Amino acid sequence: MIKQPRHHRAELLVIGSGLAGMAASLFALDRGVEVALVGNTGAIAFTTGYLDLLGYDGKGLVHDPWQALARLREDEPRHPLGNVAEDDIRDAFTRFTRALTEMGLGYAAPGPRNVLALTPAGTLKPTLSLPLTMQPALAAMARGLDTLVVDFIGLNGFSARELVANLAPRWPGLRTQRIGFPDMDSGAEVYAEVLARALEVPATRQRLAERIRPLLGSAKALGLPAILGVHRPDHVHRELQSLLGVPVFEIPTMPPAVPGVRLRELFETRLPQRGVALEPQHKVKRLELLPQGITARLEDPYGEVTIEAAAAVLATGRFTSGGLSADSDRIRETLANLAVVQPEGRAAWHRADYFDPRGHGINRAGVTVDERWRPLDAAGKPAHPRLFAAGSLLAHQDWIRQRCGAGLAIATAYKAVDAALARG
Amino acid sequence: MRATRHGGVLETEALIIGGGATGTGVMRDLALRGIHCILIDRRDLNAGASGGNHGLLHSGARYAVGDPDTAAECRREGDILKAVAPECIDACGGLFVAVEGDDPEYAERFSEHCRTAGIECTTVTPAEARELEPCLSEKVFAAYRVPDATVDPFRITLENVNHAQQLTQSLFLAHTELERFVVDDGTVRSAICRDTRTGETITIRARQVVNAAGAWAMRVARLAGCSGVELLYSKGTLIISNARIGRRVINRLRRPGDGDILVPGGTVSLLGTTSETVQSLDDVHPTVAEVDRLVAEGVAMVPQIAHTRFIRAFSGVRPLLMAAGADADGRKASRGFSLFDHESDGLANFATVAGGKLTTFRLMAEKTGDLVARRLGNSEPCKTASTPLPSADAIRWTEPGFAPRYWAARREPGDLIVCECEMVPASAIDSIVENAPGADSQMSLNAIAVRSRVGKGTCQGAFCSLRLTSHLYDRQVYDSPAGLRHTRDFVAQRFKGVAPVAWGEHLPQLELAEALHCGLLGLDHLAEDT
Repeated sequence: MIKQPRHHRAELLVIGSGLAGMAASLFALDRGVEVALVGNTGAIAFTTGYLDLLGYDGKGLVHDPWQALARLREDEPRHPLGNVAEDDIRDAFTRFTRALTEMGLGYAAPGPRNVLALTPAGTLKPTLSLPLTMQPALAAMARGLDTLVVDFIGLNGFSARELVANLAPRWPGLRTQRIGFPDMDSGAEVYAEVLARALEVPATRQRLAERIRPLLGSAKALGLPAILGVHRPDHVHRELQSLLGVPVFEIPTMPPAVPGVRLRELFETRLPQRGVALEPQHKVKRLELLPQGITARLEDPYGEVTIEAAAAVLATGRFTSGGLSADSDRIRETLANLAVVQPEGRAAWHRADYFDPRGHGINRAGVTVDERWRPLDAAGKPAHPRLFAAGSLLAHQDWIRQRCGAGLAIATAYKAVDAALARG
Repeated sequence: MRATRHGGVLETEALIIGGGATGTGVMRDLALRGIHCILIDRRDLNAGASGGNHGLLHSGARYAVGDPDTAAECRREGDILKAVAPECIDACGGLFVAVEGDDPEYAERFSEHCRTAGIECTTVTPAEARELEPCLSEKVFAAYRVPDATVDPFRITLENVNHAQQLTQSLFLAHTELERFVVDDGTVRSAICRDTRTGETITIRARQVVNAAGAWAMRVARLAGCSGVELLYSKGTLIISNARIGRRVINRLRRPGDGDILVPGGTVSLLGTTSETVQSLDDVHPTVAEVDRLVAEGVAMVPQIAHTRFIRAFSGVRPLLMAAGADADGRKASRGFSLFDHESDGLANFATVAGGKLTTFRLMAEKTGDLVARRLGNSEPCKTASTPLPSADAIRWTEPGFAPRYWAARREPGDLIVCECEMVPASAIDSIVENAPGADSQMSLNAIAVRSRVGKGTCQGAFCSLRLTSHLYDRQVYDSPAGLRHTRDFVAQRFKGVAPVAWGEHLPQLELAEALHCGLLGLDHLAEDT
C-alpha cells in the first residue's frame, strides 16, 4: 500500500463523531455548508437508541421536560442546556429526528412529555423520543396487553426473565420464552449484531416468524431484543409484524448494541453521500489554531491527512471518548489545551456513595464557553475566535444522572453550528 | 449430631460467632474432634479483616525485630499450613530490601533477629536482589531472602467450612446477626439472632459459645456481660495492581510503615499497608489520601509503581489486643492473640479468641478448640496440624487463573462466560449457587463474589455484574425486583474500592459504568421493597 498525504478543505470542521458531532454535521449540511467530520465514534456504540432530553432533575423523575428546562434555567444557570432557548431545543430535536427518519432510521417526533421506555433489566427510563422499532412497547405496556417476550439461547446478558420479573408488578400480562435463533442455536454464544444482520435476509425472518408463531398463544404483542436489522430496521420491523400479525417491539440490549451500530453505520454511509468529508475512525492527532483558520492533522492507514477549515466545532466528548483525560490529580482537555473547570483534587472527584443522588463532582467538570459557544482557555478568553464546543465535553452538566445526553448533544451542536456560521 | 430446628430454634454443641479465618478455623478444629457447630456471621465469610488483608503468609521476618514471639509463631504456623493446605498457598518466597535513606543499622540487625526466631534468612547482594526481582530500585543497598508465602484467605475459610460440614454436618449461617444472649446461672443458654435479610428471629441453643468476631469481638463479649476484652482498631488500606509486579513478596527492610509490602496475589500484586487507629468499625473504606501515600512510599522500593495501573483499594481493621498501659499506636501493638475463658466473668461456657494474625489462625483455633472440647468432656486431640484440608468443586473458584483453565479444558460451547476479565463461566456460578458453603436462596452478588473471582478483574464488576444478574434471573435464583437491588448493592460496594484509584485509564471505565448503571438501567432510582 502506498501511503499518500491527503489534504481537505472545508468551511466547517467537526471534531468528534458521537451524537453531538453527527448532529453538528447534519445541521451544517442543512445550511448548505461544506463539512468535514473527523474523530472516532467513541461512546455512540453504547446508546440504547433512545433520545433523552431531560429525565431527572433535582426534584426527581421529570414528566414534562419543557417545564423542567424552565426550572433548570433558574436552578442551574450555568447548565449548557439552560443556555439554549426552548424553541431552539425544539427545533434542533425535531430537525435531528426528522433527518434520521429520512435517512431510514425512523424516530417518533418529540412530544410534549417524556415517555417511560423499557430497559433490558425491566426498569423504565424517562426519554423523549424512541426509534419506531421500540415505540410499540409503550402502548402495549399502557394497555397491559398480554405480551410475549422472546429471548435467545446464547445471547449472553439479555434475560427476558429478568425483564419480566422486574416489570411484572406493573405489567402482569407479560410472559417469556427462550428459543434458538435459526441456524445459530447450537448453544454457543451469539451476538446481537450478527442476529440483526441475519434478519435483513427475508428467509431468516420467515424462519424466525415460524419459530415464534406457535408460541404466541393469546399474546397481543411481541417483544424481542434489539436485533431487527442494522440498515433497514423499519423495514425489517414492518415485515416481521406482518408475518406475525401482532405489534412487535424491540428492547435495547446491553451495549455495545445494535441501536448504536445503526446510528454509526447510518452516519458513515449517508453523510459522505451528502458531501461530508468523513474520517470517522481516526482521532485528530494535532489541532493547530492559526490566525487564518484551524488545521487538524491525523493519520489513517493510507497516510497523513490534513484538514483546513475556517471554523471548527469541538465535540470530543468526555473520558470514554477521549475528550478529557486525567492523571492522579488533574483533569485535562486533550486537543486544544482548553481550561477545564474541575473539583479541587481527586478526593473531590467522587462522592463516598456511588448512587448519591447529587452525582459526582467529576461529572460536572468540563470545558466552559462564552455566550457564542466558544471554549475558553486558561486565561478565560476564547481559545480561538472560530473554535466552538458542543456536547458532553461541556462543564456544569451531569448528562448521566440527568438523562440529558442526547438533548445536550443535539441542542448545543445546534447552537455551536449557529455561532460558527454566523457572520459578523 | 444434626442441628435440629423447631420453631426458629436451632440446637448445637458449639456456636461460633464470626466467619473469618479464626471462626471457621475453630469450626473445623471442633468438627475434627467430632463436635457439631453452628457458625454465624452478620454478613458473610471473610467480611472483616480476613477478607481485608494482603494474603501474606508471614515467614515471621517482618516481626523478627519488634515482636520475636509472634515471629517464631508465624514461622511454625506457616510451615504447618504449607503442609496441610498447599492448594491455598503460593510458596513464592520473600525479599527484604533496604533502600537509600533507610537505617543501615536496622538492616544489619535484621538477619540476627531472624536467626533468633528460627527464620531462615539469606543475605543477597543488591545486584542479586535485582536479578531475582527486576522491578527493584537501583537504590537498594541491603537485601535478604526469607521464606514468605501468600495464602488465599477466601479459599482457606471456604475449605474450613466445607470440611466442618462434611465431618459433623455443622452449619454456616450467613447474614445472621447476634442480637443478645440469654444468660442464666453462669451459663449462656442461647443466642438470639436475626436474619438481616428477612428480619426473622433465630434462636440458637448451644452448650458452648465461642466469640471469634474479630474486630467485633469486644462488642460480642459485652453482649455476654464481659468487659475484659479490649481491642485497638487499626485500619489498614491496600491497593491492587492490574498485573503482577514481583514474583516474590517484597518487604521494605525498616520498621513497619506505609507502603512497605508488595505481595503477589496470583495475577495481581497488592501494595500495603497503612495503619491508622479508628474509633468506629462502621463505614471503613479506603481514601484518596491513603492511596497516594501508599504509591509515594512504594515507589522508593519499586519505581514502576509510579506508573502502575491500580484497579482497586480496600481496607480492613486489624483487631489488636490492647495490653494494659499500652499506647494507642497500631504499629507497635502486639500481633499476638489471647484466649479468654471468661471464668472470672462468672461464665462457664463462653470463650473469646481475639487478636492474632491470618498466619496464626490455626493455632488460635487449636487453643480455642482445646478449651471448648475440654468443657464439652471431649478428649479428642487437635488434628488440624496434620490433617490436610480436602477441597471440593464449589470452592475452587477463588483461585486466580483456575476458571479460565477449567473453561478451556472443558470445551463446552454452551457454557457462556459471565465475567470476562476473570473468565468465570456460567457453570462456575451454578456450582457456587448450589453447593458452596453459605449458598442460600436468592444468593447475593456480593456472596457469589466472595466465593469466586467475579468482579475482581479490571472492570471490578461494573460489566460482569450485569451479565451475572441476567444469568441468575435465567436460573430463577432471582425472580423479583430484589435481584436488581443485589446488583445495585454490589456495584455500590465495588465502587468504594475503585473511586480512590480512579485516574488515568480507569476514568473512562468508571464513566462508562455509571452510564450503564444509572443512565441506562436506572439503578440510582430503583423502587425500594415495600
